Amino acid sequence: MHAEETTHIQVQAPDKAKIRKIWMTAGLLAIITALEFLVAFTIPLEMEVTRVTIFVGMTIVKAFYIVGEFMHLKYEVKVLIWSILIPMIFIVWMLVAFVYEGMSIFDDRYLN
Amino acid sequence: MSTTAHTIDDPKRSIWDGGQSPLKASYGKLMMWFFLLSDAFTFSALLITYGLVRSAHPAYEGAADAFSFSNNYWPIPEKVFEAVPFLHGISLPLVFVGIMTFILIMSSVTMVLAVEAGHRMDRKNVEKWMLWTVIGGLTFLGCQAWEWSHFIHGTDGGTVMKFLVNGEWIEKTIFGANLSVNQYGPSDFAAFFFFITGFHGTHVFSGVVLNFIIYYNTITGVYDKRGHYEMVEKVGLYWHFVDLVWVFVFTFFYLV
Repeated sequence: MHAEETTHIQVQAPDKAKIRKIWMTAGLLAIITALEFLVAFTIPLEMEVTRVTIFVGMTIVKAFYIVGEFMHLKYEVKVLIWSILIPMIFIVWMLVAFVYEGMSIFDDRYLN
Repeated sequence: MSTTAHTIDDPKRSIWDGGQSPLKASYGKLMMWFFLLSDAFTFSALLITYGLVRSAHPAYEGAADAFSFSNNYWPIPEKVFEAVPFLHGISLPLVFVGIMTFILIMSSVTMVLAVEAGHRMDRKNVEKWMLWTVIGGLTFLGCQAWEWSHFIHGTDGGTVMKFLVNGEWIEKTIFGANLSVNQYGPSDFAAFFFFITGFHGTHVFSGVVLNFIIYYNTITGVYDKRGHYEMVEKVGLYWHFVDLVWVFVFTFFYLV
């Protein structure tokens, strides 16, 4: 059709600081994953509560960086951020309710 | 009563009264966000059900070194996932799964770089980074195929397990896993492995297909003609979500 549509494209120069930030975030995610391995093999299985707390904590940190930086949610309008985050309350509640239910099923099966 | 008067020429308008985008994002991007939110609910349902069923089963009690597989208690994940391709018989707990995690995180990074290049209308770099993202996704799928194959075929010796059949206890040696029985632990353990990693793998597969379509469109100049690379961004959101879900699967299925 129109030749000028494809020929007049202005390629902008890469923003060094932005690209640096992407690799910094990637490095951080790699470091946290490496730390998780360290915890998996240094803290004994008997200390279950400590292990689970550390694992869940590190997972939330990783999720924050993936959603915030890679998916760019941190830089969106506040209303958009909250309309994604607030429904997560349901997931938290579901987790608490169902694991509690599971423990009750265990009690019924093996203890009573 | 109101302290400020508004005439018909100067109506008081909020940003929600129309004519502008209050969320400052395109329709396509918003719909991708809300689709991902609903997909997050689906994955949460799977992982939380895993939590329920696991906490309804007895946990292994005893020294970690003395652990052996049994259908009487839930297995310790790091004792199940300890095989690496080409290193038969060597116990390397969670190493292969760690490599898979690293591959997926790296492909997420190349995806952000593709999005960044798209913002600058830099077709050459979008092509390069999209191709790396597709390769990363395919590598992950290949790893998962190996992981499944190993899980299904099992270890050399299998596990001797007791089953109650017609009121009598019968001993059987079980090799590998299927949906009704497995050598690693209670039946539900393998079922959850297949459903959770399988559902995630399906997402990775559709992500690779979408990424390839974007890559193809970039080469053929579709986005240059359109004047923007927003499709790279939208599919990028999906691809990061797949990576995000793997972070959670990794923690709740393999580590905890």
